[in-house]
Amino acid sequence: MDSDQVEQRPARDWKATDVICVDQPELTTAERLYLPQVFGGLATTFRHMFKKRVREQTVVQYPEQKREMRKEIYRGVHRLNRDEQGRVACVACFMCETACPAHCIHIEGALSPWEDREKYPIKFDIDELRCIYCGMCEEACPVDAIELTPEYHLVGSTRDEMIYDREKLLMVYDRTKEDKPRKGPAVTGY
Amino acid sequence: MLDWIKSVLSDQFGFGIVLMAVLLVAILTAVAYSILLERKVSAWIQDRFGPNRVGPYGLLQPVADGLKMLLKEDIIPRNVDRALFILAPWMIFVVAMVGFAVIPWGGQFRWPWMDEGEILQAQVASIDIGLLYILAVSSLGVYGVVLGGWASNNKYSFYGGMRAAAQMLSYEVPMGMVILTVILATGHVRLESMVVAQTGTFFGLHGFDWMFWYHPIGALLLFISALAEANRTPFDLAECEQELVGGYHTEYSAMKMGLFFLAEYAHMITSSALIVALFFGGYLLPGWSWLNTSESALAMFCRVGVFGFKILFVIFVYMWIRWTIPRFRYDQLMRIAWKGFVPISMALVVLQGIVVYAEWPQWVTILGNVAVVLVVAAAMPRGRPVTGRQASLERKVQVSGG
Repeated sequence: MDSDQVEQRPARDWKATDVICVDQPELTTAERLYLPQVFGGLATTFRHMFKKRVREQTVVQYPEQKREMRKEIYRGVHRLNRDEQGRVACVACFMCETACPAHCIHIEGALSPWEDREKYPIKFDIDELRCIYCGMCEEACPVDAIELTPEYHLVGSTRDEMIYDREKLLMVYDRTKEDKPRKGPAVTGY
Repeated sequence: MLDWIKSVLSDQFGFGIVLMAVLLVAILTAVAYSILLERKVSAWIQDRFGPNRVGPYGLLQPVADGLKMLLKEDIIPRNVDRALFILAPWMIFVVAMVGFAVIPWGGQFRWPWMDEGEILQAQVASIDIGLLYILAVSSLGVYGVVLGGWASNNKYSFYGGMRAAAQMLSYEVPMGMVILTVILATGHVRLESMVVAQTGTFFGLHGFDWMFWYHPIGALLLFISALAEANRTPFDLAECEQELVGGYHTEYSAMKMGLFFLAEYAHMITSSALIVALFFGGYLLPGWSWLNTSESALAMFCRVGVFGFKILFVIFVYMWIRWTIPRFRYDQLMRIAWKGFVPISMALVVLQGIVVYAEWPQWVTILGNVAVVLVVAAAMPRGRPVTGRQASLERKVQVSGG
């Protein structure tokens, strides 16, 4: 900006610097009568009524058609990943349970029967009805064991059914690993 | 048995009763399908498909909707005024339905087995004060809304009811004035005579001498007032979802809610029929004098069809407007009624009165209507649009973004 112009303004006068007075525009007679504008609007909506092609292109008729999704980043149902030997990758560190803003994850850890880690989860429940699908658990996990999948067909007839336990979450992994392969283990190699 | 049926149908009273039963079924079906049409029109306007799952093109959707309404749990909240709460939907529904009694569906006709000289009127009740009856009955509709709002014991419902009351009272005035203009112009208060009065020739077409040509402004005012009376967008302040949850029917569920719905659409059909009968020649088909004047039963049925199509078109325009124009603010609504419609409709009454008194030809009112438009355009307040409080407040500095 030109330095002269800045000089002319009093430094503390907020009115002159960042506040502008905006007046509403004057209306013409036709605009003030309102009806010509109404007819204009009616013409627009009338045109849209016959845009059959636009409808067919934009509307996704759900059960028959499905939206194309970006599978890598879609946040749907959770899964618990398995490592190369098919064991549950989780180390029961409680990071996801701590990070979860909806408090929908409940973990019970136990001493691991395997040599390469200390703990593993004997219980891992996610209340899918409570979950807000924010993906914080996925962010928090140090071993990339918990992930959100592109699956969104989440149905059940009772609330209990919607609490996914460890086995169910592992099943989700088996079902979705082709669609969204597990990311490379970040730190430990589990 | 056959003779008995024939004799019942030949009697105006007996025919009226039969027609009433037929109409009840026909109107309820029409209402159910106009709800489907509304959803379809809204969908098309918004580049969607609308209901298309139940039956071919979703044509069985009204059946599914009706079943749903009947089977849902009917909740009556604990703190409502029980009697009024139950009465309100019935009140509004019955009032919306009785208006059909005086609509002239097909004019005069005679069954093939009737004697020459005997004549029937294809309407439920051919009464002398047809128009006044419609006015009186449609004003009663506001009771259902106010009672519903009051009895719900809910402040949003109450606001909705109060708004509806004030709005309906305000728009009744220009509506009455416009109807008075038509009464002056035709010299009749019977609806059927008003339609007959439009049978003349216009532009060389028989039955095209519609009131619309002489009072286009009147037709417009009546149409807009009817929108307001029926609580339709852009005048649906009584039930605007963003402000009042659901307005006067917030607390209603199941079939009581359904009755409010049915009443709204039945009201739309009544007011469309009124507009068509007053301004668009009722059952008259332009350019076909046999159909317009014949007294055979076949011609009557054709006329009913013509009337039905005209009503359908007006209803379509209702919906078209609903999905185009945003809702008015409440002060705008009142200003339009009292500062706009009432003076204009009064001017129309005076204009028509002068034409009748001085025995000028009717086409003078066309010039008068043009003059009214010019005067209104000239008298519109200049300057910036008045937006609520701004008129009374000093201008303040407005912060613009960035």
